[in-house]
Amino acid sequence: MDLRTLTYIVVGASFALYLGIAFWARAGSTSEFYVAGGGIHPVANGMATGADWMSAASFISMAGLIAYNGYGASLFLMGWTGGYVLLAMLLAPYLRKFGKFTVPEFIGDRYYSNTARVVAVVCLILASITYVIGQMKGVGVAFSRFLEVDYDTGLYIGMAMVFFYATLGGMKGITYTQIAQYVILIFAYTIPAMFISMNLTGNPLPQLGLGSTMADGSGMTLLAKLNLVVTELGFKEYTTSTIAGRFDMAVYTMSLMIGTAGLPHVIVRFFTVTKVADARSSAGWALVFIAILYTTAPAVGAMARLNLHATIQTGEVGSPEGNLAYENRPQWFKNWEKTGLLQFEDKNGDGRIQYYNDKNPEMVAKAESYGWKGNEMVKVDRDIIVLANPEIAKLPNWVIALVAAGGLAAALSTAAGLLLAISSAISHDLMKGIFMPNISDKFELNAGRVAMAVAIMCAGYLGLNPPGFAAGTVAIAFGLAGASIFPALMMGIFFKRMNKEGVIAGMIAGIAVTMLYVFQHKGIFFVKGTEFLGDLGPNWFLGIQPNAFGTIGAIVNFTVAMIVMKMTPECPPHIQDLVESIRTPRGAGAATGH
Amino acid sequence: MQPKPAQRYYWKKNIRLTLVLLAAWFVVTFVAGYFAAELNQFSFFGFPVGFYAFAQGALIAYLLIVAIYVRYMNRLDRDWAHESIPGEARTRFPATRDN
Repeated sequence: MDLRTLTYIVVGASFALYLGIAFWARAGSTSEFYVAGGGIHPVANGMATGADWMSAASFISMAGLIAYNGYGASLFLMGWTGGYVLLAMLLAPYLRKFGKFTVPEFIGDRYYSNTARVVAVVCLILASITYVIGQMKGVGVAFSRFLEVDYDTGLYIGMAMVFFYATLGGMKGITYTQIAQYVILIFAYTIPAMFISMNLTGNPLPQLGLGSTMADGSGMTLLAKLNLVVTELGFKEYTTSTIAGRFDMAVYTMSLMIGTAGLPHVIVRFFTVTKVADARSSAGWALVFIAILYTTAPAVGAMARLNLHATIQTGEVGSPEGNLAYENRPQWFKNWEKTGLLQFEDKNGDGRIQYYNDKNPEMVAKAESYGWKGNEMVKVDRDIIVLANPEIAKLPNWVIALVAAGGLAAALSTAAGLLLAISSAISHDLMKGIFMPNISDKFELNAGRVAMAVAIMCAGYLGLNPPGFAAGTVAIAFGLAGASIFPALMMGIFFKRMNKEGVIAGMIAGIAVTMLYVFQHKGIFFVKGTEFLGDLGPNWFLGIQPNAFGTIGAIVNFTVAMIVMKMTPECPPHIQDLVESIRTPRGAGAATGH
Repeated sequence: MQPKPAQRYYWKKNIRLTLVLLAAWFVVTFVAGYFAAELNQFSFFGFPVGFYAFAQGALIAYLLIVAIYVRYMNRLDRDWAHESIPGEARTRFPATRDN
C-alpha cells in the first residue's frame, strides 16, 4: 500500500474516533458544556491538559528549534513547563475550590464587580485570539502537509472537525477527544525517537540515549560528538549556545511561565475535576504527560542535527571527498526538496554538498582554503526535523502515517481548547453574567454553541487572512495573559484585602504596558512602519525583547494594584470571608452548576 | 469574621510549604539557568550539568516539586478533616480551645 493511502486510512480512522467520542459525549447542560460536568478523573484531566497544551508548534517545531539553537532553546522548554508548578501551587486548587465555570467569573465574584469581569473578558479574548491565530495557521499547515491538500482546504477541514466536536460536546466532548488525541500524538512522537536513539547509541530510551556513548565505536558521548561536529563546521557549540543575553533569557522564561499559568484555556481545565485535591494532582499529571514529550524533544533535536551533519559531511572536513555527492543524496532529501522546505545550491560546482556556517568569519577563511564558496544547503526548514524523522530512521510507512495523525491531533486539540475558552467568556460571562442574566440553562447552552460557531469562523477567517505578524505572536499571547490575568488571580487568592479598584487598574496597566512595548517596537497592531522605536537590541528597555515583556507587565500590574488599593475603600468583609473559604478545604464538593 | 485558629494554622502551613517549594522552583529555573555556562564544567551521566538542567533536569525537578506539594497538602487536608469531626483523636492542629 502506498504512503498516501495509508496516511488517509490512519488519519481517517483517528477522525472517526474523535467524531464517535463527540457524539457519545454530547453536552446536555451548561455545566457539561463549560466544565464537562466537573467529574473528570485527575489522571484523565492531566492527559487532556497535556493535549490541550501541546500544540502543533510543540509537536512539529520544538525539536527543530532545539536542533538549531541547542542550549538556547532551553527557555522555551523550561518556560512552557515551569508554569505548571505555579498553576499547581498558586491557582488550580483555589480556583477549583471556588467552583465556578470561567476565569472572568472568578474575577467578577472575587472583586464584587462586573467591571472587573468585563476587563477580564477583554484581557482573556486579547490573549486567546492572539494565540488562536497561530493555532489555526498550524491546523492549515498540518493538514496541507500531511494530506497534500492546499492550505485553505486544510483549514476548512480542520474547522469542520473542531466545529463538530466542540459545538456538540463542549468541554465534555473536548476533554474526551483530547485524551484520545494525547495518546495518538505521544505514540507518534516517541516511536520514531526510540528507533533513532537505538540506531545512534544502542539505547532505546531517547532521554538516556542523549547522554550515552555513541554506538559507532568512537567512544565519545553523543553530545561531545555533536559539539565537535558543529564547531568543526563553524557553528556555535551545541550545549552552550544561547539566543539571548542572560538577563533577557531569564525574563523571557518568566514571561512564558506566568503566561502558562494565566492562559484561561489551561486554567479552566482544572474546573473539570471532582475536588480540590484532584485539581492539585491533576496539574502534576498534566506535567507528567507533557514531560514525556518535552524530555524527548531535546534528544530528537540533538540526534536529528547529528544525523543531518553525518549525512552531508561523510568524511574529514576540508578533504575533497569528505562531502556527500549530490546525486547520492538519500531519498528523504529528494522528498523534502520537492516541497521546497529543503534546498541545495551547488555554489562551487563540485557536485557535492557543503553545509557549514558561512556567517562565521573564521570558518569562511578556512572554507576558502578548501575551495568552498558558501553554505550550499541554502534552505532547511526547522519543521522537517520531526516530520522527516521516520524517513531518516528508515521506519515503515505506517509510522509516517502515524506522525501525520499525531501532528493533526496536536493542532486540533489546542485550537478546540482555546475556542471553548473564548466562547464561554462570551456566552457565560458577557451574556448570562452581565447583559441577559435571566436566560435559562437551555438557552445559555445553545448560546454557548452559537458563540463557539462564531469563534471558529472568526478564527478561521484570521487563519485564512493571517495578519502579517501571526508567526511571532504566540510568545506575545503569553505576555498578555501573564501581565493581566495571572496577577489578578494571584492577588485574589493571596491578598485578602485587594479591592476591585486596585485589580481593575492593575489589569489595565499591566496589559497596556505590555501592548505598548510590543507596539512601539513592532508597529501599532503590528503594522510595519508605525513603530516609533526600531525593533533592535539597543532600543529595548534593559535589553528585554518585546516577546519577553509580560514579566515587566506583571510587575507593573502588581505595583499599580497595590498603590490604588491603598488609596481606595477597603475590600468589604463578606468578600474577605469568601477568600477565607477559598483557602480552606472544607465543602469542596462536586461542581453541580449554580 | 476572623478566621479560626485552626484555619489560620492550616493556611500558615500551606504558605510556608508553598514558599519553600517556590524557592526550589526559582533556584532550578533561574539560578541554574543564569549560571548554566559555569555548571557546564561539571558532568553528569555524560551530560554537561548546565545543559542537562534544561534538557531533563528542570522538568524532573518540577515534577518532584509538584509531587511533594500534592502529598503534603493531601496529608494536611486529611488532618483538617479529622479535626473537624468531634471526638476524633487530636492531630497536628492546635486544640480549637479558643473557638
